[in-house]
Amino acid sequence: MKAIVTVMLKNGVLDPQGEAVKSALGGLGFSGVNGVRQGKVIELDLADGTDAAQVDDMCNRLLVNAVIESFTVDIL
Amino acid sequence: MRAAVVVFPGSNCDRDMVLALRESGADVTTVWHKDAELPQDLDLVAIPGGFSFGDYLRCGAIAAQSPICRAVVEHASRGGYVLGVCNGFQVLTETGLVPGALMRNSGLKFLCKTVGLIVATENSAFTSSYAQGSEIQVPIAHHDGNYFVTDAELTMMLDEDRVAFRYSDNPNGSAGSIAGVLSSNRRVLGMMPHPERAIEAQMGSADGQALFRALVGQTIAA
Repeated sequence: MKAIVTVMLKNGVLDPQGEAVKSALGGLGFSGVNGVRQGKVIELDLADGTDAAQVDDMCNRLLVNAVIESFTVDIL
Repeated sequence: MRAAVVVFPGSNCDRDMVLALRESGADVTTVWHKDAELPQDLDLVAIPGGFSFGDYLRCGAIAAQSPICRAVVEHASRGGYVLGVCNGFQVLTETGLVPGALMRNSGLKFLCKTVGLIVATENSAFTSSYAQGSEIQVPIAHHDGNYFVTDAELTMMLDEDRVAFRYSDNPNGSAGSIAGVLSSNRRVLGMMPHPERAIEAQMGSADGQALFRALVGQTIAA
């Protein structure tokens, strides 16, 4: 089984990289890009039957810094 | 005073930190990230700058989970002194020993230059030799030094006088221009600028020396 962890900066936390990407898209002539937020995706290849709660624990203890980041988990 | 400097794969300021502490009179040893215990009767643990574990995942995140960091957290919980500089500050935020997080610099550039720091409190073993409000010159060298805390935490830290240093001209977007913060018991200091790179005039500034001398002196007295 696989778990896809999507990590994003929390709302309200400024994202300088997202702002730079937005500005670069504007520079390429794309209009109407109102905002860009940049995050990361972590793909976990897990033993079948791994508990979803264990994935949450991985996120809370290592994969995500709860001070600035939020996450979602999709189990495939 | 007995001090240990932690070395991770990717640390690159460990020798400078050893030198700064030794020149100030400390008995210094180094410990490896896989060590599960610190030396006996240790007063201070210093976590140096660098790029521990290649800054993979987040700066300091993987180092914070290493065996030695569990021992560092125990040392701090016993009231031991801990100094984290640059990547060491990032490691300390990841362990939770100091609040907040270090994000990418607001200007997105790696910054490597000497900056002015305002000593925001002289009420700590680290800052007692400086006059409160005075400005010192200390180098920074980081890509991820943009200090983030929630407004509530910032208010709390200001109320508790736990900001150790502020930038005189905020270079990286840090909340409250904060360059260094203290733990609630004032014995853990995390700071982005490098005092160990400013311990003699030929380095461009000797303003960092007073931090090490105060720290080593106070812990001898204790």
